[in-house]
Amino acid sequence: MVDSTVVLNGQTLAYTCYCLAILLVMGWFGYKITRPGKNNKIANTLFYSFTGMLVVLGVSLHIVTFNTIPWAPMDLNRAEIKADKVFNITIEKHKFTLPEQTLNISCNEKVLFSVLSHDLTYGFGLFRPDNSMVFQMQVVPGHPNDILWQFEKPGTYTIRSTEYSGPTGWNIILKDAVIVTCNPTANN
Amino acid sequence: MNFLQTLIKGEQALFKPDSLTPMQKLTLRFVVIGLVYYAFAVIEGMLMRIYEIQPIPAISTNQFFAIMTAHPLVGIFGSTYSIVFGAFLFLVPFLMKKPLWSIKLANWNFWLVTIGTFTFWFSGFLTHYAPLYTLYWPLPVDFSQFSVIGGIFFILGIALVMLGTVFFVINVFATITYTPEGWEKQPCGALIGSALGISGIRNLFSRNKKEHLVSLPVAAIARGTVDVALNSGIIIFTGILILVYMVFALFGVSLKDTAIDALLYKNWFWWGLDLVADGLVLIFVAGTWYLLATLITGKKLFMENIARAALFVELVVSWTVWSHHLLSDQAQPGFLKVLSGEMVTAFELITQGLAFFITLATLWSARPLKMTNPLKFLLGGLLGFALAVPAGIMQADIGLNRILHNTQWVIGPHVHVAVLVGLAMTLYAAIYILFPILTNGAQLYSQKLANFHFWGQLIGGVGMGAFMGMAGLHGMLRRSLYVNGEFNTYMILAALCGALLLLAFLAFFFNIVMSVGINGVIGIFMPSKLKTKELVPSQV
Repeated sequence: MVDSTVVLNGQTLAYTCYCLAILLVMGWFGYKITRPGKNNKIANTLFYSFTGMLVVLGVSLHIVTFNTIPWAPMDLNRAEIKADKVFNITIEKHKFTLPEQTLNISCNEKVLFSVLSHDLTYGFGLFRPDNSMVFQMQVVPGHPNDILWQFEKPGTYTIRSTEYSGPTGWNIILKDAVIVTCNPTANN
Repeated sequence: MNFLQTLIKGEQALFKPDSLTPMQKLTLRFVVIGLVYYAFAVIEGMLMRIYEIQPIPAISTNQFFAIMTAHPLVGIFGSTYSIVFGAFLFLVPFLMKKPLWSIKLANWNFWLVTIGTFTFWFSGFLTHYAPLYTLYWPLPVDFSQFSVIGGIFFILGIALVMLGTVFFVINVFATITYTPEGWEKQPCGALIGSALGISGIRNLFSRNKKEHLVSLPVAAIARGTVDVALNSGIIIFTGILILVYMVFALFGVSLKDTAIDALLYKNWFWWGLDLVADGLVLIFVAGTWYLLATLITGKKLFMENIARAALFVELVVSWTVWSHHLLSDQAQPGFLKVLSGEMVTAFELITQGLAFFITLATLWSARPLKMTNPLKFLLGGLLGFALAVPAGIMQADIGLNRILHNTQWVIGPHVHVAVLVGLAMTLYAAIYILFPILTNGAQLYSQKLANFHFWGQLIGGVGMGAFMGMAGLHGMLRRSLYVNGEFNTYMILAALCGALLLLAFLAFFFNIVMSVGINGVIGIFMPSKLKTKELVPSQV
């Protein structure tokens, strides 16, 4: 499965290019409207073309991401996908309780993290040693909160609550709680 | 005039508060209080920026999160609502060429928003009540973390603001529809139909096209006000619910918080809350762009009928997009995530994009234009939304939300760029254009300060949003603390941009005070000597 870093790099590139383009367009526009021009009329076709472009952009973003970000369809269809491993995790009084001290996962296993809150709304996120995010979800009390994930690379990850649950809960962190290992022979 | 004389009497002593009508004074009071609360929000924002770099010993963690709770509420209700209410209570009658329906109600509106904002801010400051504006159930009633008394006063403060907001809604619609003394009977139903867009829809399917009875900016104000009304209803209901738990707790009875379904509550509350961010703000801003573009150019709006239709679509869209805030809630039904969270939300790119294009085309039709303060701030406001709306559309995607939700990306390039560049610069454009009308011809003290205000707001706002966004893309959460300097490079750069924003605001505030003088500022708060319902003095 494509790593979230790859997706974030792609997004950074696309959004940065867009920002630079719109800054240039607005700068150009600000300059041009202070100068006399020959043709001040905007053609209706330009307006309708722009509208069409917005429609295409708005719709295609989701189609593109659905077909290129592997966790998107997996997330929507997770009820039909059988997980290779399930971790039942609970959280109460600003403290995670894991089924084991360390959650050991093998590469390419489909793993379901099922988190239950017994009091407040929390978040559940996995983070790399450089603090970048692998994924997150909300943990709402009284409801099942589960996420299916497939790891392709070995690594050690920290669990952190990604939602504010009051001033007591700003650092609900379990350092190096998830370890993913790859067995080269099994992968081949 | 020397500096001291200007400071006391204003630029060339042109501002005469005694010449102001009650309506002018009321509008200026709204603006002054709105700017004071903006200063509150900016200072709070700077405190949080510094705290994110290095926790300040004098501020406890509880206080930090109380600031985080108050900051957006003071910014939206205390500042933006005040400025918007003041401007629209003046503009609706001004554009319809008739007096405001009730200046008494507008005065109540002013005091309730002013006192209510101070009440919830002060309550949070003293008691550290900090459930954040999201109020995720059952955090607001978690009395193991928060004081009951603090919570009661906090909620009462919000309730006062909402009551003031209801008065605004009544006054806007009553002003549109009522018949002033000595006037021919006004067609109440037809006016409301035109304002809300019903007659526009009828025109689509009828051969007999009827003329619009209200101008486009008034239609925009009316449609945005529908969302204001719905939003205040949801907040009042939620406030009462929380208050019931608090009052019982005060008498030692602990109500079972599981009686409320946390996910259903989250849907309900986000539906109402989102009417601000994805409803009234976008509609009011589009309406203000159209008004500014026509005032600056003196020309008819480009594609006016489509602009009207887009405002109507935006209103309907604003009722159906709340689910993009719940894309990371796994129990939320998938169809709501896709339909409301992704697909309908994408319409905001279209409606806001159309407003952007129509405004630019109207400006283009009148070139060459002089780069006045209203024009440059209008362009800044357009740029702000051109940057912030696509950022929002990206995070309203099931795939991308998985790695963006609750990160600094959401609050940086999307929220702060939308608010500080898009919304604030649009409001500043309106203030600069209305300033001579509301002050009967007072002059701005310094154009250099106005220029610094523009560049400081633009660079500071875009820069802060960009550095927060970079931190978010590297995993920094928005409602958390990092005490080991994990994201310090980004946070220091964001704080520098924040400092520029603060300086820009101080330059603007100083410029306005020097323009009207301290006597003028005091005079705004004194009762008007003119006993008139007119908006501006007849001799002006």
